[in-house]
Amino acid sequence: MAKELIRLQNLCMAFDDEPVLNNINLYINDKEFLTLLGPSGCGKTTTLRIIGGFTTPTSGDVLFDGVRINDVPPNRRQINTVFQKYALFPHLNVFENVAFGLRLKRVPDPKDSAGKRMVRLTEEEIRSRVMEMLEVVSLKGFENRKPDALSGGQQQRVAIARALVNRPKVLLLDEPLGALDLKLRKDMQIELKRIQQQVGITFVYVTHDQEEALTMSDTIVVMDKGTIQQIGSPEDIYNEPKNAFVADFIGESNIIDGVMLRDKCVKMYGREFACLDGGFAENEPVDVVIRPEDIDIVPPEQGQLVGTVTSVTFKGMQYDIIVDFRGFKWLIQTTDHSPVGARIGVKIDPDGFHIMKKSAYSGQFGDYSSYSDEYDELSDADAVGTDEQEDGYAE
Amino acid sequence: MKKNTVLSRAFLFLMFLFLYAPIFVLIVFSFNDSKSNAVWGGFTLDWYVQLFQNQTVLTALRTTLLVSLLATLAATVAGTAAAIGFSSMRRRSRNLCLTVNNIPLTNPDIITGVSMMLLFVFAGQVLADLSAWLNAQSWAEQANLWFNFSFNLGFWTLLIAHITFDIPYVILSVLPRIRQLDPNLAEAALDLGASPLTAFRKVVLPELMPGIINGALIAFTMSIDDFVISYFTAGSQVSTLSMVVYSMVRRRVSPEINALSTLMFVAVLVLLIAINVRQARQDAARQRELRSAGRV
Repeated sequence: MAKELIRLQNLCMAFDDEPVLNNINLYINDKEFLTLLGPSGCGKTTTLRIIGGFTTPTSGDVLFDGVRINDVPPNRRQINTVFQKYALFPHLNVFENVAFGLRLKRVPDPKDSAGKRMVRLTEEEIRSRVMEMLEVVSLKGFENRKPDALSGGQQQRVAIARALVNRPKVLLLDEPLGALDLKLRKDMQIELKRIQQQVGITFVYVTHDQEEALTMSDTIVVMDKGTIQQIGSPEDIYNEPKNAFVADFIGESNIIDGVMLRDKCVKMYGREFACLDGGFAENEPVDVVIRPEDIDIVPPEQGQLVGTVTSVTFKGMQYDIIVDFRGFKWLIQTTDHSPVGARIGVKIDPDGFHIMKKSAYSGQFGDYSSYSDEYDELSDADAVGTDEQEDGYAE
Repeated sequence: MKKNTVLSRAFLFLMFLFLYAPIFVLIVFSFNDSKSNAVWGGFTLDWYVQLFQNQTVLTALRTTLLVSLLATLAATVAGTAAAIGFSSMRRRSRNLCLTVNNIPLTNPDIITGVSMMLLFVFAGQVLADLSAWLNAQSWAEQANLWFNFSFNLGFWTLLIAHITFDIPYVILSVLPRIRQLDPNLAEAALDLGASPLTAFRKVVLPELMPGIINGALIAFTMSIDDFVISYFTAGSQVSTLSMVVYSMVRRRVSPEINALSTLMFVAVLVLLIAINVRQARQDAARQRELRSAGRV
C-alpha cells in the first residue's frame, strides 16, 4: 500500500540543555498530507526544521527513503520548505523567485551518452516550468511584480510555487496561513489541499490551528511539550482522543472523572451509563469525554442527569450553554434555547461517550467553570493572530 | 509669537552664515585674478591651471585617490564581514564588540594618528631587530640569506591607517541592514539548492548592498578628507592632498590653495549628496514596504 518516505527514529533535541523534543518516533508515507499540531513551544516547528535539515537533532536519526540523512545539508535534500513569513527574495520579481531553484539545478547532459556531464537547465525549460507552476497557484500575469507589491495571499502562493517548481518529494509548510485573515485562510486551506492532490507529493504541515488540521490532513500528529501525544486520522483524533490534552486541544470536550465498572458500562456522578468502550480493568478510574454536540437536552424528569443552566451564549448556528452538574460545569451545544437558571435534564447516547485511560493531563482540562474567561481569551488570541497558546483549553 | 519666528529665522541665517561664509569666500577667491586674498581683481581660472601643472599636487592627488580607493575597498570587505560576524554573536559579546567598534569613532583623530605612528615605528624596529638577529645566525650566513623585514612610514602604513579608521563606519552602516534581514532568507536559498556561498552571494549580499554601498561612500569621504591621521602615518616621503594644502599654507598663502580646497570641498560635497539621496530613497522605499505590509 502506501510507501514509507520519511522516518524519524528516537529523535531528541535540546537547546542549551533545555529539552525541546523527547524521543520522537514517526513515519511519513509518500503522498500523505501529515500535520504536526500542537500549541506553540510543543516542538512542532523544531521537528519540521530537522526534516528540512536546518537543525541537527541532539540524538536520533532522520531516514529518507531508508537512507540516514542527518548530515545531509538542506541544499542536498529532495525537500523544499514554505516558511512561516514566506521568506521571498525581496530583490527578485515573482518569476525570478520561482526560478531561483531551477537556475541552480544541474541535470545530466542529454547530449552526453555517458550521462556524466552536468548542465544547467535551458532558459526555455526554466520559463516553461515556472509558468506552469504559476498556473497551478493561479498567479499567471504576476511574473514581473516584486514581492512587496503582492498581497499576503499572493506572496503565500509564490512561496508555494517557488518550492514546488523544484519537484521535491516532500513539501514542508511552517504555519503558512498564520499571517492571513480568516476568510483567506479558509480559501487557502482548500487551495493547498487541491495543490497537494494535483502535484501528488507529501506535505508535512505545521499548525496550532486544530480546525485547519482537521480540514486538510490525512494524518494528524498531536504534540505537546516535545512529545507526540497521538497519531491518527482526523476522525480518530476527534472521536478517539488518547488523553485529556488531545481531547481538549481538538475541539471542545467535557472531561469528567469516572470509573469503568465493566465493559460498556461507566459510572460517574454515582450513576451507571451505557457506553461502547471496553478493554479496561474492572473498576479502573478513567477520564470520560463527552463532546458538547453529543448531549441532548430533555425535560428534567427524563434526564440521565439534571443540572442548572448558568450561562448562555448565542453562536449563530447554536447556543453554547454552560450547565452546572454538582459543581462541575459542562459545555453543551444545542439549537434549543434554555434560559439561565433553568433546571434541565440531559441525555447522552452510548456512542456519545469516549473513555480514556488516566494520564498526566487528567484533571487539567475539560471543566468549563472558567468558560467566559476562556471565551475572552480566545477572541483576544484571534485578534492578535498567530501565536496564541491557549487555543481551545482553559488554564 | 511672531517675534519668535523672526528671531529664530535670524538665528538660522546667522548659523548658516558662520558655517558657509568661509567656504563661500574660499570658492570666490579661487577664481580671483590677484594674489591677494582681500582684493577682487577679476575672474580667472589661472589658479586651477597652475594647480594642475603643480607636480607635488598631482602626485598627492594620485596618492589620495589611491589610498582612499584601496582603503575603502579593504574596509568595506572587512567591515561587512565583521558586521555579519557581530550579528550572529550572542547579545553580550555583540554589545561588547560594538562598544569596542565605537571607541575609534569618538576617539580624537590626533590620538589615533599618534598611536598608530608609534605602533608602526615600534613594529618597524622590532622587525629590523629580528632581521638583524636572523642575519647574525650562522645558518643564514651559510645559506647566503639576507633578511630585511624592516619598514618605514610611507604609503603602506598610510593605507593600513586609513583601512583601520574606515572599518567602524562600514560596520555601523551595514549592521542595521543585517538586523532587518529575514533570517529565513538564507535558509530559503539553501532550501532551494544553493550552497551556503551561493546563498550569501545571491540572496544575502543583494539585501545588504544598500548598507554596504553607504558604508563604502562614508569610508571614502572619511579617507579623502583625512588630515591628522594621514599626517602622522604617511612619513616624510608620501603626501596626501590635505597634507599638501597644509604645507603650502605654511610656506605662503597662495590662491592655488583656494582652488585645491574648492575642488576637495566639491568632491566631498558630491559624495555626501550621493549618500543622502541614497538614504532618502531607501527610507522612502521602506515607508512603502511598511505601508503595503500594513495594507495586506
